[in-house]
Amino acid sequence: MLESYIKERRKTKDILLMTHIVIGYPSFEASHEIVKQMVEAGVDLMELQIPFSEPMADGPVILKANQNAIEKGSTVKKCFEFAQRVSKEFPLPFLFMSYANILYKYGMEQFSDKMAQINLKGAIVPDLPPEEGEDYIRAMKKNNLNPIYIFSPETSDERLAYLSSFASGFVYCLARKGVTGKQTAFSDDLSAYLSRCKKATNLPLAVGFGVKEKVDVDYLKGKADIAVIGSQTIRLVEEKGAVATGDFIRSIL
Amino acid sequence: MKDRGYYGNYGGAFLPEVLVATFDELEVEFEKIKNDPSFWKEYEALMSSYSCRPTPLTFAGNLTQKFEGAKIYIKREDLNHTGAHKANNVMGQGLLVKQMGKKRVIAETGAGQHGVATATMAAKFGFDCTIYMGEKDVHRQRPNVFWMEQLGAAVVPVRDGTRILKDAINEAFRDWVTNMDTTHYVLGTACGPHPFPEMVSYFQSIIGKEARQQILDVEGKLPKRVYACVGGGSNALGIFSGFFNDPVELVGVEAGGKGVNSGMHASRLCSKDASTGIAQGYKTYFLQDDDGQMKETHSISAGLDYVGVSPILSHMHDQGKARFESATDTQVVAALKLTMQKEGIIPALESSHAFAQAFKEAPSLSKEDVIIINQSGRGDKDIFTIADAVDDPKWKEFIIGKAEEYNA
Repeated sequence: MLESYIKERRKTKDILLMTHIVIGYPSFEASHEIVKQMVEAGVDLMELQIPFSEPMADGPVILKANQNAIEKGSTVKKCFEFAQRVSKEFPLPFLFMSYANILYKYGMEQFSDKMAQINLKGAIVPDLPPEEGEDYIRAMKKNNLNPIYIFSPETSDERLAYLSSFASGFVYCLARKGVTGKQTAFSDDLSAYLSRCKKATNLPLAVGFGVKEKVDVDYLKGKADIAVIGSQTIRLVEEKGAVATGDFIRSIL
Repeated sequence: MKDRGYYGNYGGAFLPEVLVATFDELEVEFEKIKNDPSFWKEYEALMSSYSCRPTPLTFAGNLTQKFEGAKIYIKREDLNHTGAHKANNVMGQGLLVKQMGKKRVIAETGAGQHGVATATMAAKFGFDCTIYMGEKDVHRQRPNVFWMEQLGAAVVPVRDGTRILKDAINEAFRDWVTNMDTTHYVLGTACGPHPFPEMVSYFQSIIGKEARQQILDVEGKLPKRVYACVGGGSNALGIFSGFFNDPVELVGVEAGGKGVNSGMHASRLCSKDASTGIAQGYKTYFLQDDDGQMKETHSISAGLDYVGVSPILSHMHDQGKARFESATDTQVVAALKLTMQKEGIIPALESSHAFAQAFKEAPSLSKEDVIIINQSGRGDKDIFTIADAVDDPKWKEFIIGKAEEYNA
């Protein structure tokens, strides 16, 4: 199970690392190379984003990657094939990240069945709150998959508890308001918010949005279980190519 | 959020977690004004003193004579301050923003009418204002960009995606998820997450309330049909809502672009190209591919060039409570020219879709019948697009001369 994998892994590591790619950006070969580099550098989990034309919660970097991947032919079918390939090849948990419409058009149940078939562990769907996610939650449960829920600094304690009741695997805590890929202040406010998150769930906590260097990851040690790096590796790939990602990961661990 | 705003299978609130609290607050505040009988009075007073409400219902005698069928009336939303029905929604939401104590408003705009209305409201109420507008629309609606900026708003051209209305909406949401503490997003149409479809329709219902009374006063009977163009659907829902309980046929007219079979249109409800999906926080008919990626849309009118449609209209479509048709770019320009020449009225390209459909149907109706066309806005904003469409040589000469003046 995802939760026990994380807890087991945490016994030997102060913090785990989850990274993110947009499947098919800048190309399928590059996506594969990035995954390989990251796994070899010691990443613990990976988010594979199926691109969507209207990625409401993503900032300029990931938004552009989504559009580019779609233009280059990153279809849902090809994303599944890619996910199947990497999950066979590399021994770590892979999750899908996408928007509700991708799952809805595929069929919530079919999507989840397919995920189980190719050995993915869970999904992060930022525009599918539990209130709208009845079919999704049912399908994920049926296949023993983890619907990953998101906490935000704006979320009330009452709602944190509500979200926890649907969460499994781990909880994704947004370090701040806003979209992906912008500056985050790693401050006392964040620390207070993370203790609020910790009270609301026994699941491991992942923290993302604005995590981009070693100091950020170090700051999160003792406050969270997983640091999530998203936009920063895409920027890196754009500047230095897929082969640079391994060294980058090693430099922040 | 207690009520998720479903209309049959459509609607809902597909919100990123960071916006949930903001929408909870919005829903509570909207409930308050809906249940406060003094609010509607305050709203009507504002609209009559600041905009031109009630807007007239004009009998189009020459058009009626030309088509030799139903008597044609035009509901004149173009006579609102800022030139379109958009003012109804914007001033309503402005009062709501005051009540919530927020100091900044943001909005998306396609044709620019909603942007101008929002910038106007912000100036009047003393709010900071940022308008997101697709880069393509910035080019085709330059006069409105000019006015928004003169009114004190910052206009941000959106260069992502298809660079039109839907992309401007995404960008406005991205601003909102960062600045919701100080900022209200004045969504311009009856789309998006609950409570927007209900709230925007509520403010726009002023059109239908007036139109129903006006036609009864002048004709002593209800119209046979009511025509409105449909982009997001707010002007249509505004006028339709006045006749929900009447035996009146409601006709929504979508952008047929280069034809509903050309793949170059924005017809969600009357073409075979749309299917149910979830985007921009709500579920409705979208023009999308089999994977769920949104398609590029096309219309001569920026305001109808949108990939989704109000969930309320999607539900009415499925239930057969309204009929949906389309008018092509060519038909729209012809209808616009005819209306100018026969009635001395200049409808916006968006509104001209409703005119085009009404003209197709009027001749086959009886002379006893009455129809109403909702003229959602005025056409002067479209001067560049219309001048191109009618290929006016004198206008070109003027623009070339003007450019030379600037270059001198």
